[in-house]
Amino acid sequence: MLTLVVDTATSAVQAALVEIEDDELFLSAFRREIDSRGHVERLTPFIEECLADAGRTSADVGAVVAGVGPGPFTGLRVGMVTAAAFADGRGIPVYGVCSLDGIGGNTRGRALVATDARRKEIYWAVYENGARVGEPQVGKPAELGELDADYAIGEGASKYADELRIPAEAVAAYPDPVKLAELAAGRVRSGAPTEKLTPLYLRRPDAQAAKP
Amino acid sequence: MSEPLVMGIETSCDETGVGIVRGTELLADAIASSVEEQARFGGVVPEVASRAHLEAMVPTVQRALDDAGVTLEDLDGIAVTAGPGLAGALMVGVGAAKSYSLATGVPLYGVNHLSAHIAVDTLENGPIPEPAIGLLVSGGHSTIMMVEDLAGKVHQLGASIDDAAGEAFDKVARLLGLPFPGGPYIDKAAEEGDRGYVEFPRGLSAAKDMERHRYDFSFSGLKTAVARWIEMEKRAGKSIPVNHVAAAFQEAVCDVLTRKAILAAKEHGVETLLLGGGVAANSRLRAMATERAEDAGLTLRFPRPKLCTDNGAMVAALGSHLVAAGVAPSEMHFPANSSMDVTIVSLADAL
Ligand SMILES: [Zn+2]
Repeated sequence: MLTLVVDTATSAVQAALVEIEDDELFLSAFRREIDSRGHVERLTPFIEECLADAGRTSADVGAVVAGVGPGPFTGLRVGMVTAAAFADGRGIPVYGVCSLDGIGGNTRGRALVATDARRKEIYWAVYENGARVGEPQVGKPAELGELDADYAIGEGASKYADELRIPAEAVAAYPDPVKLAELAAGRVRSGAPTEKLTPLYLRRPDAQAAKP
Repeated sequence: MSEPLVMGIETSCDETGVGIVRGTELLADAIASSVEEQARFGGVVPEVASRAHLEAMVPTVQRALDDAGVTLEDLDGIAVTAGPGLAGALMVGVGAAKSYSLATGVPLYGVNHLSAHIAVDTLENGPIPEPAIGLLVSGGHSTIMMVEDLAGKVHQLGASIDDAAGEAFDKVARLLGLPFPGGPYIDKAAEEGDRGYVEFPRGLSAAKDMERHRYDFSFSGLKTAVARWIEMEKRAGKSIPVNHVAAAFQEAVCDVLTRKAILAAKEHGVETLLLGGGVAANSRLRAMATERAEDAGLTLRFPRPKLCTDNGAMVAALGSHLVAAGVAPSEMHFPANSSMDVTIVSLADAL
């Protein structure tokens, strides 16, 4: 099943087409650009380009997988509404996956996955051999407490390497589209019902009134 | 082509609107509003609005399609507000519209919210005679627009240099202990009030201001004047006659809005005046504009109140006008532009 994967939970605007077969997954096209302010400009053109690269059309896509965060809200919403509207427009199912799992799912040992939550905070979760331990959290990197992780990975890890008390990978890692597809592959294969995508905001909206 | 069938998506503020029109016929006007949530904060919180847009987007599209009895494949165009408005809120609508367009192959039109407020009048009163003057008044804008050609030649003659008229209504409502949004409550209270009870200032109406700010408005001084008046009365131990203050305030706003809009029409030799935006639902504004337009020999047009406030139908109406006029669709990479210039009617690459 040709599956459209989108993730905008980090500063990487990402679209991919992943072929989900009975026992294997193939990446057939992929676009990624690091542009924390360019989600709405770039994402749909990326999907168009992926379709062109793969020699396919929108009508060939059978399912959509979207990273639902946690991530900075404005960009995250662009990816999610794009995924939901594409699925609705084609009458195909859409499935949500945790964006941090797209990084943590590829780790070995005990890893802290941290992405940039802005306002000097990170979104984070700990993974044990690729499986997440507990729910994703948001907080200041210096205030995470005893983590029992061997190293840290992700945009938030490289950015706040000085404040984390464990070694951080210097190269920023972003959610891997094939991993995101894999996380939903069971649902795609079994034709599970479409989902209402709910963002992992982890923060309340600021409650100060603004000008309409 | 027969009359174009167009879906319009509007998310510039706190209403998730999806409208569907065929030509100038309104087929669906689905709206989900976060106004009740916003009322708790006494104003629009952008993050609250954006969250609500994401929740409501797909269900509102489905509701509009059901109401209109059409499918996405039937559409000749998908129009979306590209700006001006709240950036994060706009992005939800723009993201959705682009993706619906890509998924279905239906051409995409990124349009200007202000021109959409003008275009919505076609749904009620038919094609707009051009040129026309538009008076757009809402919580976000107070603008006098010159509409030479609704398909692409629009410019601004004047605008508020501080608060929008709708903001003044909200602020004065708060001073009077009336709920948010203030417009409808002030309108209601004013029904029982004496418009001449207090003479509140008319901003930018003095001779020297009329030179520099001929078609501009200012409402922050008016709000301050109302606040000061209320404070003086309270200090003198008097109770505040809410209905009278509401009526006198409303009179000041409507007086300066209609006076300048009619002046603009006369001085530009334009015979048609259009009202749009949420404040155009105000009964006093409508009555005063009707009276003054008649005296000035102008044709006044305005749609019913529900079409004055932000909705998807207005975006669909403009989209339909653009498709009928043969304006090129927009490319997929256009941004959401929170401060989109009024002269940009649509983001077509070739105009
Ligand atoms: Zn408006």
